[in-house]
Amino acid sequence: MKVTFKVNGQPRRVDVPGDMPLLWTLRDTLELKGTKFGCGLSQCGACTVHISGAATRSCVTPISACQGADITTIEGLSKDGTHALQRAWEELDVPQCGYCQAGQIMAAAALLAKKPHPSDAEIDDAMQGNLCRCATYLRIRQAIHRAADLQSQAVQAGEPKRLRGSKS
Amino acid sequence: MSATTPVTRRDFLRVSAIAGGGILLASYIDPLSASEVGSGAAADAALNAYIRLTPDGIVTIIAKNPEVGQGVKTMLPMLIAEELDVAWKNVRIQQGDLDTKNFQGQVAGGSTATPNNWLPMRRVGAAGRAMLVAAAAQTWNVPVAECETERGVVYHRASKRSATYGGLASTAATIAPPDLATVMLKDPKAFRIIGQPMRGVDTHRIVTGVPLYGIDVAVPGMLYATFVKCPVFGGKVARANLDAIKALPGVRHAFVVDGTANLTGLMPGVAIVADSWWQARTARTRLDVTWNEGPTAQQGSASFAAQAATLAKGPAQRSLRKDGDVDAALASASKKISGEYFYPFIAHASLEPQNCTAHWKPDGQLEIWAPSQNPAAGRGLIVQTLGIKDTDITIHITRSGGGFGRRLGNDYMVEAAAIAKVVGVPVKLLWTREDDIQHDFYRPAGFHYLSGGVDASGKVVAWRNHFVSFGDGQNFAAGANIGATEFPQHFVPNFTLEASLMPLGVPTGYLRAPGSNGIAFATQSFIDELAHVAGKDPLQFRLDLLAQPITEAGGVGPQAAPYDAARARGVLERVREVSGWGTTALPRGTGMGVAFHFSHRGYFAEVVKASVSRDGTLKVEKVWAAGDIGSEIINPLNAENQVQGSVQDGLAQALGQEITIDKGRTVQSSFADFPLIRFAQAVPVEVHFVKSAVAPTGLGEPALPPVPPALCNAIFAATGKRVRSLPLSNHDLSWS
Repeated sequence: MKVTFKVNGQPRRVDVPGDMPLLWTLRDTLELKGTKFGCGLSQCGACTVHISGAATRSCVTPISACQGADITTIEGLSKDGTHALQRAWEELDVPQCGYCQAGQIMAAAALLAKKPHPSDAEIDDAMQGNLCRCATYLRIRQAIHRAADLQSQAVQAGEPKRLRGSKS
Repeated sequence: MSATTPVTRRDFLRVSAIAGGGILLASYIDPLSASEVGSGAAADAALNAYIRLTPDGIVTIIAKNPEVGQGVKTMLPMLIAEELDVAWKNVRIQQGDLDTKNFQGQVAGGSTATPNNWLPMRRVGAAGRAMLVAAAAQTWNVPVAECETERGVVYHRASKRSATYGGLASTAATIAPPDLATVMLKDPKAFRIIGQPMRGVDTHRIVTGVPLYGIDVAVPGMLYATFVKCPVFGGKVARANLDAIKALPGVRHAFVVDGTANLTGLMPGVAIVADSWWQARTARTRLDVTWNEGPTAQQGSASFAAQAATLAKGPAQRSLRKDGDVDAALASASKKISGEYFYPFIAHASLEPQNCTAHWKPDGQLEIWAPSQNPAAGRGLIVQTLGIKDTDITIHITRSGGGFGRRLGNDYMVEAAAIAKVVGVPVKLLWTREDDIQHDFYRPAGFHYLSGGVDASGKVVAWRNHFVSFGDGQNFAAGANIGATEFPQHFVPNFTLEASLMPLGVPTGYLRAPGSNGIAFATQSFIDELAHVAGKDPLQFRLDLLAQPITEAGGVGPQAAPYDAARARGVLERVREVSGWGTTALPRGTGMGVAFHFSHRGYFAEVVKASVSRDGTLKVEKVWAAGDIGSEIINPLNAENQVQGSVQDGLAQALGQEITIDKGRTVQSSFADFPLIRFAQAVPVEVHFVKSAVAPTGLGEPALPPVPPALCNAIFAATGKRVRSLPLSNHDLSWS
């Protein structure tokens, strides 16, 4: 079926089977490889993207449900990789294998958009669906706190608030 | 343009000038290959070299080993850059292809990259530095000894002259390279890169979604494949509705792959190749295959347990080690106990499902893109299975979304090659999550039947282990063996280790700290039992045991490194100190447990603090880990991450991971029934290192094995319940 939607601010049109998950449309049709396949069962969160700002499992979201959707992937989280979460992830060198981290960052970005300073418990709760096989959870949690600080510093310094996370 | 040194020793260096004024340094293992490579063509050879220095001062280093999350792509270049003495910010790193002619050991396994490369990589860097210094000295007509280097610049302080490496490169290319075996290395006190926290070289690319992994490979004209194997290991295709499948949308090919009998090679199955992976995956749901399941359909976890219990009652099939007289010692022991320990099969469950892209070209050349921990073995498997010469195969190594030992096997690689041979265009094979869980090379289950005795003073005088494992005749199944000198051999005067093997039709393999990840659970739990029966503090009891080596130190573990009791005591003492072991009284329901293990040349002692509510709810509160992996922690930023991850991984195994086999097939199929650790379960892990005067060794594995026993020992301290089988999810931990 023909579907028109926005990906990272750009209008896109695809013609794929209606039951094809958004994940495979992004990866194999639009060649956006940053969103990962971990299970296809909504169990691991590696495929997390934003639809209208909400963290969504793209592996179980059929493309037929994306007509007119506003989608943000890791590639579009910031223009140049400088979203507070990306900077914090780099600063703390969170990844080991790194495969889950795009999904982790997208889930965390949706959290920070709602809760600029989440507690540990709020982080655990929001991130519970994102698996890291290398178990870098301690650094992910630390990096989310660090990103929250970076964002509030930016706000104090008078920079535009970038809580939405998408398209800086 | 090129100076080649005819050196006959094992390691030698080839030096070339690069057009435009740079230098290329390549170390080679086999002198014969140098003459084949010849001189000139430096630019073409660049990808096969370790170091390329261009006039702009940028140093490009080829990372030869597969990166699976262990940090090797950052670590090995750090060794070169340190001795070359360049600023890390000027270093660029490229992943090398498989190139067995020029590179040695392109493997991610056994925590071997650090010990195997610690000297060779540093020597290459040091040789490069020596040549740049010699070039400067020659240019300035001053003695080499008067020149020094700092971050990519050679200085002659007396005459206040300096020259950048980039400017010296073309002159350096004319200097005879020094002998790698004797080249002067830095005093560790002068290290500027080794020992500094360095971020992963791919971290920026990872957090911005740049394609890096095998699954991300895209080749023009590529098709997508799924491969369906018999749920029963070793089963063959009897018939399949291939015509119906071929008629489905997007499907280009559907065919039977006959495969071989090699359980870790090309198994029989049905390949479905389509325009998109989703279409192949969708067509698969309509596939109707009749399988010849074969004899493994008779096997299952319940029957393994029953067989093991029967075998344990009789004499062992094999004696692996006998010191003293264990029967007499047990008979005269002041106190004796026995315990039956079990750990299950477990899967690796790397997050990136197995995949491989292959292009079998019309001219017979095969090009492969593979997230493999051992690409050379994968090439060998393809050669052996598909009748192609290894010289006709090119393998590009991609980053892997986790390895943990799973990608030491290369079944996905030979499957992709076999499919590519039929379809003739580039094809990406991708497994489903269910394929991955149900067709793993599992960490083998193990049964340990232990007895031990202590004398009146509480000293261990007898230890017997009848290990019931899997194998064929005299051969243990992969990953299912035990070393004859496994601890506590060497510390107990009357020690017997024996084994009996059961046949197994389920493929097994190597999982992070293979062998050790199960053996440590049994041995370190049973030592805890002995400590309690002796009425001793479990940590002091271990120190006392280690204080009295009795027999000659044998080799332990895969690398047969001799056991160093002082280093084992060192990590135990450190973990005692940092965890506050024994300094506070804990309430009933809360306990601390300790365990230590030596594997992959590293010593780790860990303390787990855990609480168990009366209703049996377990909470792991904190873990302290003390490790000794030698004289340097090369990259402390990554080292802490590796240890913390290993600890959480060990907790995940202990808490709930179990693969069960029923009628020859794997019962579990996803993260729903094979749980990884999740956010809320992640435990604070305090990491400490004890440095000792031996060359640094690897860190991918040795922090894991003490975790499950330390946790179970903590549960005993909290509740009085001794856990002798994993996972904990099978146990009722409630107490009153």
